[in-house]
Amino acid sequence: MGPIGEDQFLFLMQGLKWTVLLAIVGFIGGGIFGTLIALLRTSKNKVARTITAGYIGVVQGTPLLMQLFVVYYGVALLGIDVNAWIAVAVAFTLHASAFLGEIWRGSIEAVPKGQTEAANALGLHYVSRMKDVILPQALKISMPATIGFLVQLTKGTSLAAIVGFIELTRAGQIISNQTYRPLLVFGIVGAIYFIICWPLSYAGSRLEKRMAKAAR
Amino acid sequence: MLNSAKDQSKLISLEDVQKWYGTFHALKSISLSVRKGERIVLCGPSGSGKSTLIRCINALETIEEGKIVVEGHVLDGTTRSIDAVRREVGMVFQSFNLFPHITVLQNCTLAPMRVRGVSHADAERLARKYLERVRILDQADKYPAQLSGGQQQRVAIARALCMEPKVMLFDEPTSALDPEMVKEVLDTMIGLARDGMTMICVTHEMGFARQVADRVIFMDSGEIVEEAEPEVFFKSPEHQRTKTFLGEILAHH
Ligand SMILES: Nc1ncnc2c1ncn2[C@@H]1O[C@H](COP(=O)(O)OP(=O)(O)OP(=O)(O)O)[C@@H](O)[C@H]1O
Ligand SMILES: [Mg+2]
Repeated sequence: MGPIGEDQFLFLMQGLKWTVLLAIVGFIGGGIFGTLIALLRTSKNKVARTITAGYIGVVQGTPLLMQLFVVYYGVALLGIDVNAWIAVAVAFTLHASAFLGEIWRGSIEAVPKGQTEAANALGLHYVSRMKDVILPQALKISMPATIGFLVQLTKGTSLAAIVGFIELTRAGQIISNQTYRPLLVFGIVGAIYFIICWPLSYAGSRLEKRMAKAAR
Repeated sequence: MLNSAKDQSKLISLEDVQKWYGTFHALKSISLSVRKGERIVLCGPSGSGKSTLIRCINALETIEEGKIVVEGHVLDGTTRSIDAVRREVGMVFQSFNLFPHITVLQNCTLAPMRVRGVSHADAERLARKYLERVRILDQADKYPAQLSGGQQQRVAIARALCMEPKVMLFDEPTSALDPEMVKEVLDTMIGLARDGMTMICVTHEMGFARQVADRVIFMDSGEIVEEAEPEVFFKSPEHQRTKTFLGEILAHH
């Protein structure tokens, strides 16, 4: 058995960096396109609603791993040479945008109808009605679920290993193979995931409790 | 000549308006005209179509047949006509519908800035003026949830006034309030009426109707059954349905 020294630890930190970056990229990309999807899902346009509903259905109905494969190899099939980064970023964005879109659609619909009516009665147009009135309230309603998804997404980044990404889990696997100390290595890896995800989960459940209390 | 002078003072007119919710006939051939400065109280049993009627006036509901004209703008379903009408018409809801995530002051400045393009400073000036008028300026920096129901409804009135509408629609503005707060809202509305605001109020506050209404309109099953000056309406209603309704209302109060 080999020791777990500074080099190994730094290697894990390199992996952690990719894990965090992937989660951030997925969250930002998913946030932007998810907002678009939520708006289309709640729009008056039936075609837009149907298309986005189909998209959400497909993404939610298939494993993230498969989505990664499809984007990674699918794009290669098209003859476009993309590096793993772009493929993975695209896959996570697609994935996150469907889930966040669906979460935010529900939140938009959970804003009381009277808010839209008051905004309409005041003559506010769609953009202002959404930006100034509905979305800020929807965002607040969606916080617990949004944070919950961010935690899932962070853990889901480990799947990027399958297309050659050396993120935290894959880095752990490599170190474990080098040192033959899987228990220790994966203990550390698990602790790192926990340190990132637990505060998020905790904040989410705190928020949820506070909102439940406010609603009473 | 006389006729056109009359038309000019006409702010709202509904001609033969028909409204269906699916197969349910909610408004049956409603015709109504409201002159500038006129105060109308609309009453009737639950489900008679009072809310539906006033919501058609600012296009919160669409109509299937008939014609609605507000200050010369014919509501024809186009965004343009709807915008034009909503600029003239303020509305106050039973459940206040203040925007909970922004302050009282911001509730009042939002629409003037976004819809009328008023500068931030001017919008605040406008907001303070109307908050003062509903006697709630001291609460300007609070959030709606920090206010009592009566205070919230007064803010809602100020918010609508900030758009400087020509007519105000009230949909049971005091029904959601605790009894001790009803008066402060009614007093605010009476003040508005005194200042000459054209108003259509759906309310069962018969004291208010007697005090400020030029006309009381009674609706039942989607129809206007009877309309008269308050004195006549309360003393000698013509129709049996009106009598029954007044009997029930008075028994409750
Ligand atoms: N969106 C809707 N879809 C279907 N039916 C509706 C809708 N809104 C109102 N109605 C029906 O239309 C009728 C008139 O409703 P409206 O709300 O105008 O009555 P109202 O006189 O204001 O009653 P209330 O005193 O209870 O407020 C009712 O029978 C109601 O059930
Ligand atoms: Mg009603």
